[in-house]
Amino acid sequence: MHRVLQQPFKTAVLVLVWGWLLLLVLTPNLLVVGASVMTRDPGTFLSLPLNLDSYRQLFDPLYLDVFLNSLYMAAVTTIFCLLIGYPFAWALSGLGKQRQTLLIFLMIVPFWTNSLVRTYALKLLLATNGLINNALMGMGLIDEPLKMLYTEGAVIVGLVYLLLPFMILPLYSVFDDLRQELLMASHDLGAGKLSTFLHVTIPLTLPGVLAGVMLVLLPAMGLFFVADILGGSRNLLVGNVIKNQFLDARDWPFGAAASILLTVAMAVLLLAHRLSQRRLGEEAQT
Amino acid sequence: MKEALLCLKNVSKAFDGKTVLDSLDLDILDGEFITLLGPSGCGKTTLLRLMAGFELPDTGSVTLSGHDITHAAPEHRPLNTVFQNYALFPHMSVYDNVGYGLKMEKRPKDEIRQRVSDVLAMVQLQDFARRKPHQLSGGQQQRVAIARAVVKRPQLLLLDEPLSALDYKLRRTMQVELKRLQRELGITFVFVTHDQEEALSMSDRVVVLKDGEIQQLGTPREIYERPANLFTARFVGETNLFPGYLAAVNDRAITLDILGLRRTLQKPAFTVREGEQVNVLLRPEDIRVLAPEDDHGLAGKVVERNYKGSTLDSVIHLEDGTEVLASEFFDEDDPTFDYRLGEPVRVSWVDGWEWLLPVEPEPVNEEAEGLAADA
Repeated sequence: MHRVLQQPFKTAVLVLVWGWLLLLVLTPNLLVVGASVMTRDPGTFLSLPLNLDSYRQLFDPLYLDVFLNSLYMAAVTTIFCLLIGYPFAWALSGLGKQRQTLLIFLMIVPFWTNSLVRTYALKLLLATNGLINNALMGMGLIDEPLKMLYTEGAVIVGLVYLLLPFMILPLYSVFDDLRQELLMASHDLGAGKLSTFLHVTIPLTLPGVLAGVMLVLLPAMGLFFVADILGGSRNLLVGNVIKNQFLDARDWPFGAAASILLTVAMAVLLLAHRLSQRRLGEEAQT
Repeated sequence: MKEALLCLKNVSKAFDGKTVLDSLDLDILDGEFITLLGPSGCGKTTLLRLMAGFELPDTGSVTLSGHDITHAAPEHRPLNTVFQNYALFPHMSVYDNVGYGLKMEKRPKDEIRQRVSDVLAMVQLQDFARRKPHQLSGGQQQRVAIARAVVKRPQLLLLDEPLSALDYKLRRTMQVELKRLQRELGITFVFVTHDQEEALSMSDRVVVLKDGEIQQLGTPREIYERPANLFTARFVGETNLFPGYLAAVNDRAITLDILGLRRTLQKPAFTVREGEQVNVLLRPEDIRVLAPEDDHGLAGKVVERNYKGSTLDSVIHLEDGTEVLASEFFDEDDPTFDYRLGEPVRVSWVDGWEWLLPVEPEPVNEEAEGLAADA
């Protein structure tokens, strides 16, 4: 009787989920793949014949530069997020449950404001006669305003600001699962603080690090509006290239090829994450 | 063999103002198997953690073979712990788990290999060295945890309820195994448990703890047969507790009124005065259940019977309402031996097997210590 009731419900849910994924995830991606192998057309955007020119164009030194620079910006962002997020998540997991909930809540509150608005807010802080410069000048610490806006630094600040929670949350989850007994066991067996950190804490929190890197590195390459608002109108990120190809240059095949590149990069990272988790085994059957 | 290896002196510990250990003294002898026994919250795990160095005492000192280790970090103490849930490193193989301590000591690779395979052979896991902990059964994980702790040849092995996660049968096997290991290794074992049966069957000495204070310290036999106070008597095994009225007190003997029966007994170690009351303790197996037509004992009827395989446990209601627990072994000559509910019987006990305790509550500790020292 239970099964009879359960089966149709289960089927309905599965159909819904698969239908959703096919319609809204797979189809658009196939369209992008399709677009990437077509030819640019000024009138209809896309036309035949099929070719791989767009992919060849990705290796054009001009764009290669953008990609490498974008990767560099994203990598720096990720490193900062990791440097801030790792100790933060560690400390967070050591607090009482009530304080943990409060801090996570505070971290999530900014999500209720559109990230575009928050990026403009950062612009107000960093601008030549923005809040920070005015404050520093008012205190007499500097004589003339610092150039902060429209630098790569400003873009990285914006990216770190927007993406930090995506690093902290998966890290917090692995630290929360990390059993104190394992650290005690390590000390008990003669390992000092550093050895315990290297041999136990890091390996056991690695899946969280990889998950955080995935959630920060790729979005960082795509957040074109951060580069637009805080970096001036330069092609700093792959996201800017993609946006420009579709909206300004009207080169859809090339824009599509560039976004495929990001998707492939994501797939590689996912695979790495999967492997690292398999290495840890299904563990935790205490 | 009989000198103190680890000495705890006047050790106190409080968490958030709540006293967990109260100026406790304990000497652990070299080579013994000592068990810390008590209900949850009695401070036994905290005591173990103080020895391991995971907690520091608020007052008092801890010395190990004459060296003060009160404030030494866990990694600098020559003792190892077997954790309750084993705490095996999930990302390392059995071999790496066991070898971890030696690697931290920076031992040469060959020596590590030799010692790890020796100790794995000792716990019969030599074929499992390449496995990950999650690929092992509970009993095997337990053995890895023990192997990992003894491979460093500690002076003292601390075991924090190591068998509590295992099922009954496996637990019995591991109890025997642990005793064997202890004999072979000659390491002092400090074993924490809340299982009194386990404590009695494995230990050389048992420390009974309650509310952070030692209730009694003695051999399993002393703890069971001569409990220092009501708590120990009730916590360790089943107990019949009858009120006894002192009818007469002499230099060496006393006359006692127990449920209307008059008995003359040896004078107990605590002070007794005529007219006062004492507690008379009788274990269920001290009780003799007699036929209703017998000429001595107390009349009552069987209200409960429990077949236990090797014994028949029964509850008998005496005429005055007192409940008596009795546990009798089956007799080969009488395989059909059993009781009907409501069957009238008489109850007696073996003369001289009564154990007397002063009436509590109020201060029991002076007497407890007096008795323990006496025993």
